[in-house]
Amino acid sequence: MDFEDSKAEAAFRLEARTWLENNIPDDNDLSGLSNLQRAKFWQAKKAAARWACIRWPEAYGGRDATAIEHVIWQQEEAKLDLPNTSSFFGIGQGMAGPTLMAWANEEDKARFLPDLASGETVWCQLFSEPAGGSDLAALRTKAVKDGDDWIVNGQKIWTSGAHYSDWGILVLRTDPTVAKHKGLTYFYVDMKSEGIDIKPIKQISGASDFNEVYFTNVRIPDSQRLGDVGQGWHVALTTLMNERASIGAGSGGADFKSLKRLAQQVNIDGKPAIEDSAVRAKLASWYVEEAGLKYTSYRTLSALSKGELPGPENSIGKLVGARKTQDMSSFAIDLLEQQGVQWDAELDAEYNGLFQLSYMGIPGLRIAGGTDEIMANIIAERVLELPQEPRMDKGIPFSEVPTGS
Amino acid sequence: MNFEFDDDQHLIRDQARSFLGEHCSSSVVREVLEGDALYAEQLWNKVCEMGWTATVIPEEYGGLGLSYLELVVIAEEMGRACAPLPFGSSVYLATEAIMAAGSESQKKKWLPLLAEGKAIGTLAYAEGPGETDAASLSTTVSKDTLTGKKCAVANGNIASLICVLAASDSGEGASLYLVDTSDSGVTAETIRTLDPSLNYADVHFADASCELLGEIGQGRDLLNALLDRAAVLYAWEQLGGAETCLEMAKNYAVQRYAFGRPIGSFQAIKHKLAEMYVKNTLARSNAYFGAWALNSDAEELPLAAATARVGSCQAYYYASKENIQTHGGMGYTWEFDCQFFYRRSKALAVLIGSERQWQEKLISASDPVAV
Repeated sequence: MDFEDSKAEAAFRLEARTWLENNIPDDNDLSGLSNLQRAKFWQAKKAAARWACIRWPEAYGGRDATAIEHVIWQQEEAKLDLPNTSSFFGIGQGMAGPTLMAWANEEDKARFLPDLASGETVWCQLFSEPAGGSDLAALRTKAVKDGDDWIVNGQKIWTSGAHYSDWGILVLRTDPTVAKHKGLTYFYVDMKSEGIDIKPIKQISGASDFNEVYFTNVRIPDSQRLGDVGQGWHVALTTLMNERASIGAGSGGADFKSLKRLAQQVNIDGKPAIEDSAVRAKLASWYVEEAGLKYTSYRTLSALSKGELPGPENSIGKLVGARKTQDMSSFAIDLLEQQGVQWDAELDAEYNGLFQLSYMGIPGLRIAGGTDEIMANIIAERVLELPQEPRMDKGIPFSEVPTGS
Repeated sequence: MNFEFDDDQHLIRDQARSFLGEHCSSSVVREVLEGDALYAEQLWNKVCEMGWTATVIPEEYGGLGLSYLELVVIAEEMGRACAPLPFGSSVYLATEAIMAAGSESQKKKWLPLLAEGKAIGTLAYAEGPGETDAASLSTTVSKDTLTGKKCAVANGNIASLICVLAASDSGEGASLYLVDTSDSGVTAETIRTLDPSLNYADVHFADASCELLGEIGQGRDLLNALLDRAAVLYAWEQLGGAETCLEMAKNYAVQRYAFGRPIGSFQAIKHKLAEMYVKNTLARSNAYFGAWALNSDAEELPLAAATARVGSCQAYYYASKENIQTHGGMGYTWEFDCQFFYRRSKALAVLIGSERQWQEKLISASDPVAV
């Protein structure tokens, strides 16, 4: 038991680090560029040297790397101050790419995947709807066949990056007269198509990371269908499996280090809060969770390093990480007492508004990519193999499922 | 990254699990819980024959000279089976104390006996309710004899060897002493406890012969270092118990029907069991790190031990109480085994310092820290 790279891993790490150090963009490269342009610049540079989407086959822009090599590459990238590419390309490369890889024809794979890898095109994912979140398969946006096209009407929601995306993957209801999961079909769509209307959603944090996307008589060619008509749920599972892998515990929020520092700075009963035993007990329990997640990821890496599939233990990351960060940010604000209400990053030189930002941001993370409750169901059903809940919508046409509206 | 047990260690785990499955069924636990026996003696003899008590003792002292990674997988299985044995106090406490601080002649005398299981050891420091203050012990030493009373000593009525924390005669503070319980000045009185599947006793010392263990006046530091090591081993044992609770709850939730369906199909039960799984998984990962730190004598050991200990205390408590809850009324009956683990989880939680003490140690050890 140790934390060392194998020989091959160490060699790969050195190769990755050397390339990164020689190719890190400088201020001249990036000055005057928007965040998206910076991301595109860096992604293109990586792609030219085959350091983009390294797990993908070489034919599609990757370098056929192993899972552990991918992790090593990410670790080395994270050590440097580089343009943020994942917030623009994460969905396309992490979800659309693997779905195209599994379900598109050879011509489409050759057409789309290299551009996805190089950041030339940006993709978004249009799954959730006002009537279908945790119950995703309850989505209603309708597609009706018209010659070689499908005509699409309805609304998608929670679409990250819809306003700057070139393409989108989406699931549509092509037959409401059959059971819920059986009437769905999977497509990809040109986001500049006529009839697509994108409206940003303002979140409780004040930021707008997501959009509503309205479809009014949007035409999608049948050639942009992935999988058979009625097979959409099956195709969507490919995408969702990759989503769960990519939405992690989240980083940059309140954590043990920042909260402990705060506890050393503010007082309780005239003494630093860190000396208060109740504060210490809480901090210790959060440390146990934080360390537990870290060492769980080490176990996952060890499995990858041996070429094995990781066990189910990684499914706990988002569930534990999100609620812990929320509780820690809430407690940090308590420690600040009355001053804790103030949220002005510019006036907070020490923490840059970290605790207030976490407090307002984390409720979203507890919902995105599977709510806490859905994650607990997944652990119970897939890991512990407990039976599914009986369902009211099983075996009846989707059009007859009670909707409450 | 190789943060995993190797094939031989997995093999030892498998062997331990099947051995205990055969020889430490719940009826063996129940026999000690309900009867007058202080421990399962036949089982103990078999465990010693398997060499488990000799695991980390060097070969020159009659041990197997294996690593702590082998010992932790055995510890987990002991916890899983809720074994009614003096394994922890003898292997994690007494053996460790002598290996860490014993003189050559003490090692030569005791380690072969502990390895063979002919001697059973324990550690005694508590003198009454609440935390023990090493600066004001009422157990004292005078001219190589020890006098006083130690409370709730694990396996106090079984042990042939006790490591005792006592005030030194020359006023140099607390030190650790070895006492052979065959001395006529030692009397042990079994006490009634939350967990009768283990023996606990109040031990009286009246001018009992004793030998200094380690340096004089170093008792407190020795004890803390010893408890750090034991905390990792107990964390694995506690984790094993928590895993059994999850397994029992899961099996029951699938078999038991209410309102026309298995209770495991209700989200209230699913989420409870998912939470058990989460706590156990975090505890296991922290126990891994503790095992690595213990095995490599890493400077991170105090932090790693406290993290493993707190995680396992929390996981075992949660799993053992919610296992009863999942079983409903039957879980509260004497007849069901759920009680074993609820008792054991609390007994182990206070054995080498409560969760609160270890939370305190964790924060003290966390500076500076990089998570």
